[in-house]
Amino acid sequence: MANGENVSGPILAADGRPLKQSLARALRLQKLRALALIAPLLIFVLVSFVAPITDMLFRSVENAIVPDTLPLTVAALEDWDESAGKLPGEEVFAALHQDLLVAVAAKAHTKLGSRLNYEQTGVASLLRKTGRRVKRMEEDGDLAAQFAKIHKSWADPETWATIKRFSSAYTSGYFLNAVDAKLGATGIEARPENERIYIFLFERTLLLSVVITVACLLIGYPVAFLLATLPMRTSNMLMILVLLPFWTSLLVRTSAWKVLLQQQGVINDTLVFIGLVANDGRLAMINNQTGTIIAMTHILLPFMILPLYSVMRTIPPSYMRAAKSLGATDWTAFWRVYFPQSVPGIGAGAILVFILSIGYYITPELVGGTSGTFISNRIAYHISSSLNWGLAAALGVILLMVVLVLYWLYDRIIGIDNVKLG
Amino acid sequence: MAALPPYASTGQKAWYWGFRLICALIFFFLIFPLLVIVPLSFNPLPYFTFTPGMLALEADAYSMVNYNDFFTNIDWQNALYNSVRIAPVATLLSVSLGTLAAIGLSQSHVPFRGAIMAVLISPMIVPLIISAAGMYFFYSRIGLQGTYLGVVLAHAALGIPFVIITVTATLVGFDRSLTRAAANLGANPVRTFFKVQAPLILPGVISGGLFAFITSFDEVVVVLFVGSAGQKTLPWQMFTGLREQISPTILAVATILVVISICLLTTVELLRRRSERLRGMSPQ
Repeated sequence: MANGENVSGPILAADGRPLKQSLARALRLQKLRALALIAPLLIFVLVSFVAPITDMLFRSVENAIVPDTLPLTVAALEDWDESAGKLPGEEVFAALHQDLLVAVAAKAHTKLGSRLNYEQTGVASLLRKTGRRVKRMEEDGDLAAQFAKIHKSWADPETWATIKRFSSAYTSGYFLNAVDAKLGATGIEARPENERIYIFLFERTLLLSVVITVACLLIGYPVAFLLATLPMRTSNMLMILVLLPFWTSLLVRTSAWKVLLQQQGVINDTLVFIGLVANDGRLAMINNQTGTIIAMTHILLPFMILPLYSVMRTIPPSYMRAAKSLGATDWTAFWRVYFPQSVPGIGAGAILVFILSIGYYITPELVGGTSGTFISNRIAYHISSSLNWGLAAALGVILLMVVLVLYWLYDRIIGIDNVKLG
Repeated sequence: MAALPPYASTGQKAWYWGFRLICALIFFFLIFPLLVIVPLSFNPLPYFTFTPGMLALEADAYSMVNYNDFFTNIDWQNALYNSVRIAPVATLLSVSLGTLAAIGLSQSHVPFRGAIMAVLISPMIVPLIISAAGMYFFYSRIGLQGTYLGVVLAHAALGIPFVIITVTATLVGFDRSLTRAAANLGANPVRTFFKVQAPLILPGVISGGLFAFITSFDEVVVVLFVGSAGQKTLPWQMFTGLREQISPTILAVATILVVISICLLTTVELLRRRSERLRGMSPQ
């Protein structure tokens, strides 16, 4: 640089450009080349994975079906005051009649019925019944009376209040439902006791995940410690015992536990044989929380041991020896010197196991019965059985948020780049 | 926990052996469920426990009837065929795109590296049920739900994080002066890649591919939602079998899958050691 100052003007590269420009150009080219290599995969992941997740976010608030099916009614209801407790005027009934004629021709009224039924029970049958008779109504007569004759719910202001409340294209209804609340006449209110289920399920999912994480930590720590302190050759051999379950199909391991834990299974048979348990007092270890906890602890254990091991491997054994030579007992040396250095491994393993366990579906479904199922089982139920996709999406989004916060934590503490496999 | 010194006190000895006993029990817990299904799969009776004859090691208490059922039953054979048809294609897709991207990501100047990495790893972190739900909704919109292509794309997306992680890990120890030397000797970038870079990162690519393969081969949640009856894979068939009528054939399939995973594990371990030896990172 000292020479550069003596020359007048900027330093030039071989092709006559200023060096600074030339270097910037080279850097830009390098960045572009890297991006060009990444681009195909990034686009692929964005289309096949990120887009579906975004679509789910959208679906959890989407409510276009109400304004799309009943456009005139929604517009006519705008001036109606729901708090007055009176029925809307004749023009609203006329609008509803027009909308329903179109909707019935397009067979859209049943879909609308099942959408609004999530908010007020009975709307589905109300709309089905009305749909069958709407063509026979006399347009010039008293429509309000005719609707009330078809079904008395049309004379109930609450029905109209529900339609008005859920008439915008976006709704918070699914999310409120997912936390056991609903949009009532006076704003957000809790659902009746007997309809509350999701908060409880979220709590159970979190609680069981914590139990599984703690169990994995308690079981995994000694094994990781042993593997990290044994000579390389022995620990590589023993590592196979950890890696084999890791590589084995999830369904194989779940079916193995199903076989082992049954009332007539191997464990109960052994307990009866050695006389610990009477033949008529066989333990119920499956189709309940015990089954879920045992099977999932076994399945997720390698995800705890591997990060712990990779951190413990880097702790120099001389630290423990130094502590002991300075007069520490075995326990003090471990607790004051070794353990604090293994904490990053505990963090990595615990977050990983926790993230994996709160989203688990297969194992709770197969060995959890009714008391050991997770929120994911409820999501699957809403997608394939009850077909309430909006609620499934809302539950999924809440679960996703929890996972993303943990993922962010994991990235902050350990860094995604440091994830190791096998 | 190095070897026990000769001057150890009784308490230390007790602790030393007690600790090993605890660890032995944990290893037993890890491996026992996998081992127990192997003999049980030879039980000809439809019970999931050992018959007295099996415990007495009588030859006629064991039979291949479950294996026969697996190889002759049309449902199981269809499921096997579908699995074999889906997993390799999904693996090929994630390995080819993933390796390219991993090479890009390991360059020294990559803009938004953290954000890109987070997006590419996310299929591994997002719970499968959420991926499955999102894909089900989105693929139904664009007409991919219930198609072979839909399942392959979904499985390829799930396998990508594994390829990225293993290949970038191999590239971390990659000596850049080798590519510069090749360029200096007149090789163009493509030739440098195939002659110098590829052989060195191959172990990482293969083990990433095996991870992606096993991810797709074992995957059941996403295929349950994105696939239709025409894409019923082996894990799906096992899942229905376990949920509805638990048939002993499942144990035969499980045993076969355990054998397959032993083969895969051995391959990955050999590759990992070879790669470490090549890069001089391990004393062995």
